[in-house]
Amino acid sequence: MQRFVNNPDDIVDETVRGFVRAHAELVRLDPGNPRVVVSTAAPVEGKVGVVTGGGSGHEPAFIGYTGRNMVDAVAVGELFSSPTAKSFHDAIEASNGGAGVVVLYGNYAGDNMNVKMAQKLAAKAGIEVLTVVANDDVSSAPKDEREKRRGVAGEIFMWKVGGAKAASGASLAEVRDTAQKAIDACRSVGVGLAPCTLPAVGRPNFAIEPGKMEVGIGHHGEPGVAVEDLKPANEIADEMVRIVLDDHDLPAGTRVAVLVSGLGATPRNELYVLYDRIAAQIEARGLVLAKSYVGDYFTSLEMVGATLTVMALDEELEALLEVETACPGF
Amino acid sequence: MATLRNAGSGAIVSEIAAVIVENRAYLSEIDGRIGDGDHGVNMAKGFSRAAERLAGRETSLAEALDALGQVLMSEIGGSMGPLYGMMFIETAEAIEDAETIDVAKFASMLRAGLAGVESVGAAKVGDKTMLDALVPAVETAEAAAAEGKDFPEALAATKQAAIDGRERTRDLVAKIGRASRLGERSKGVLDAGATSCSLIVGALADGIAARLDR
Repeated sequence: MQRFVNNPDDIVDETVRGFVRAHAELVRLDPGNPRVVVSTAAPVEGKVGVVTGGGSGHEPAFIGYTGRNMVDAVAVGELFSSPTAKSFHDAIEASNGGAGVVVLYGNYAGDNMNVKMAQKLAAKAGIEVLTVVANDDVSSAPKDEREKRRGVAGEIFMWKVGGAKAASGASLAEVRDTAQKAIDACRSVGVGLAPCTLPAVGRPNFAIEPGKMEVGIGHHGEPGVAVEDLKPANEIADEMVRIVLDDHDLPAGTRVAVLVSGLGATPRNELYVLYDRIAAQIEARGLVLAKSYVGDYFTSLEMVGATLTVMALDEELEALLEVETACPGF
Repeated sequence: MATLRNAGSGAIVSEIAAVIVENRAYLSEIDGRIGDGDHGVNMAKGFSRAAERLAGRETSLAEALDALGQVLMSEIGGSMGPLYGMMFIETAEAIEDAETIDVAKFASMLRAGLAGVESVGAAKVGDKTMLDALVPAVETAEAAAAEGKDFPEALAATKQAAIDGRERTRDLVAKIGRASRLGERSKGVLDAGATSCSLIVGALADGIAARLDR
């Protein structure tokens, strides 16, 4: 693939610089750390700070969800690589309004270590930090080992709900509990049709043969549950809905929010093709589609493919999803 | 008994960095088979940055190890930043007050480095990680100290234990980190972390061996 690139080693810095320039009304760079993006509204005195972070290459995640009533500060890592403990810590400091900080992040080895260390640094600085680890990716571990599952696009719902809850003036424990409830209500699955390449490495970081698809693929190309022959979109949509809802086990009448995200190189129109069938299947199962999002919300460089996230709503979660936000990602 | 003077031995860290930078492409290639192929890139970035900061400065081994650990910890990220960062910071702390380093001190500094890794990571021996090279190295150094082996012999045995440990990762199934998603498919390939760890232990042992007072 041909790329817009200068020196591959500078991609992340250049991305972040361009991003804060383009969205200056919503976000700024932390003055002491060019790998921390902060909402122009943060910190808010007396409000619980909301932080996330992760590797780059997933844009608009993670930086795009920085903004008003959303995430206050984001730690930025190298492509597909966790931010440093220092960046997580600086993000915690930047979002701290004196009421404590929640870090809402995905379940990846590097993030787990760096957040844990940042939490210790913050404790030394007198900031109370609670965490929620997202684990919505159904295919990444069996149901009885849910704690091992990765966080994927369900994190967007976790941030949206957590950010809105914090904005309502809730306490640190309440924000943590509500963000936990949000991610517990989410299940996701990904389907990959073609791999992606880290520009500094220069060759695809996994293989998908022509005519095949990887069902259950992760956000960095982690292998899924099965490599299958490529099928018509409707059959893929059916399989995605089946995988997600078999794990979710929702009673008829449950109101749900659905998010279909492209993985980077799938055209938007194909996402709508998928969504059309997904929505019909969800309704056919007696669920009520309360809210839908279709677009590139959480990508993996130029991977071809899509993810489906279904979140079961209760009154509180639905109300928090409806809270108005201002951030570059939505 | 042969010993190493702590003061003035900081150049060992630059030698370790040079070995990592030399193996940048090799480490990325191994990592690419079961990981995402950036191990060499990230390691070389961190180690060369630390070497640049140490260049032209007369430092003790403890100071240089700490400087390396701080760079990895605060600037590299990923999993390797905190794991190796803590390893070097704790290794440095174990010898910061030592004027000289003998076999026993060498074993205890490696043990401290291992404790640093274990304070942030959750892996065990056999999970196909850097620990599969580091733990046998630590245990071999401790055994050498207990048996009263001389320092050069202990250094050679420690280096070999790390290499043997690295080689055994070929037959292991990854239990943790990104490669663990591959299950059985992770067999037959060296672990990139164990490989970089054996290079580091080897370069440290060689650097000490070349500077022993007799």
